[in-house]
Amino acid sequence: MADMATGRTAATTATAATRTLGIVTLVGVAWLIVSGLLVSPADVNQGESVRILYLHAPSAWVAYLAFVVTAGASALYLFTKKNSLGWDRLAGASAEIGVLFMAVTLVVGMLWGRLTWGVFWRWDARLTTTAFLFVTYIGYLAVRRLGGTPEQRARRSGVLALLAVLEIPLVHFSVKLWRGLHQDATVLRPNGDVKLDGFMLFTLIFGVAVFTLMYVWLVLHRQRTLTAEDLLDDVGLEIAIAERRGESRPPDLAADVPRSDRPRPDITVGF
Amino acid sequence: MEDAGFIIACYVVTFGGVAAYVSYVLRRGRRATEQLPDESKPWM
Amino acid sequence: MTWWRTAWLIARRDLLVEWRSRVALNQVFPFAGIVMVMFGFAIDDTRLMESIAPGLVMVATMFSLLVLVQRSFALESEDGALDALRTAGVSSSALFWGKSIALAAQLAALQALLIVLAVVLYGSSVRPAGAPLLVATWLSGSWGLATVGTLYGGLAAGARGRETLLPLLLLPVVAPVLIGATRAVEAALGARGTVVDGWPWMGLVAVFAVVFCVGGTLAFGPLIEE
Repeated sequence: MADMATGRTAATTATAATRTLGIVTLVGVAWLIVSGLLVSPADVNQGESVRILYLHAPSAWVAYLAFVVTAGASALYLFTKKNSLGWDRLAGASAEIGVLFMAVTLVVGMLWGRLTWGVFWRWDARLTTTAFLFVTYIGYLAVRRLGGTPEQRARRSGVLALLAVLEIPLVHFSVKLWRGLHQDATVLRPNGDVKLDGFMLFTLIFGVAVFTLMYVWLVLHRQRTLTAEDLLDDVGLEIAIAERRGESRPPDLAADVPRSDRPRPDITVGF
Repeated sequence: MEDAGFIIACYVVTFGGVAAYVSYVLRRGRRATEQLPDESKPWM
Repeated sequence: MTWWRTAWLIARRDLLVEWRSRVALNQVFPFAGIVMVMFGFAIDDTRLMESIAPGLVMVATMFSLLVLVQRSFALESEDGALDALRTAGVSSSALFWGKSIALAAQLAALQALLIVLAVVLYGSSVRPAGAPLLVATWLSGSWGLATVGTLYGGLAAGARGRETLLPLLLLPVVAPVLIGATRAVEAALGARGTVVDGWPWMGLVAVFAVVFCVGGTLAFGPLIEE
């Protein structure tokens, strides 16, 4: 542990690559906001509310992307020989981001629905399954916080993620069948599928690209933080064990060294 | 045009939410990494 | 000790414990009954209640499922029985099947009670043509809920702070059974739709039961490993 006092410690999860990515993303966000709110025209059918779509569709896309990554990373953790915890951490980071974007999607969707259909919520297949997905991954995050070793956490949440992959089509199909009984779609139009072209389509696709960059930036940082936290837990455990071993020696009454006098790392707040 | 209120709210919720999460991630990242030497960080 | 014998012994053990302690009988069943009565207080509209009776039965089933699952695993954690079984090399899939069979039996009994209560309290009636549909839904629903309950129960069992996780995990997952079984029972009781309409819904419940039977058999081991 001696090198902890002398080694460089940069208190950051950033690298040159993520800084560049971050700047590019910020520029993209600014451009998206300007295009979405000001430059692009109102839609013939939807009116101004199409501006919300430039956010809603990309955030839904990111949420689904994030959950797919979680499932894939979980499978890679469980089924590859090395069982590298990096996959587990990727799964966890991605799920957290997925929950964030899912929450945003649901809230924005409700506002859009209020504007377009006059109601905050519709019991249709897409919305209901989305809400279900949201709650499922909140449960996933809760399971990750159950404690235990990183391997236990990885195994439990990995299995849960794969079970979710199994359930979600089942739920979607059930809800679709269920809502098929009700002919609401003809009463309340439109059904949310919008035809866009020209600059509006470009803005939408641009939005998807910008949000994807946001996702990548966030997942890199979050995963690195999880890695650091896992490493700290290991280090903390070693320190605790060393202290315990130190305690078993008879106390040296002459040398009254306070217990907190451990070499502290030289914190270089580098950026 | 009271639609504007809804539209602005959506932009605020979206980017405000993401910004809040970004600050959370960076803060937590800082706290986790300040006690670890650079050699042990796989991304450095 | 063959796999079948192991599963049977575990199922028998769980059912014997229940038989001797009568916890499900004395606590969970009355709980379900009270839930049914409370619906009556809250909804106070006889005609409405008769048409939504199947939904109320299924919701009451779901709440009772949570209690039954927690009971099923409380048995295991009290004396570290689950750990002991696994250390003894009991196959986790046999363990899963044994507990699921016991849970399914209790659920089936519970749902039978709830249907009777629906007839008594809400004025439902079973169409003769609907009886096979009702029985098929009753059986596949019990099995589906038992397997998924045992699976997630295993995950949520044991350590403090875990039991509260069970409702959050389990209730969303059983949504297909809630949707399918309610529609099927509605058809069987004549609350909505014809009996013929109800069979596809029972099919949905059956598919769910198969998916979680297989999924649970595979996933139970890794989930309860400590």
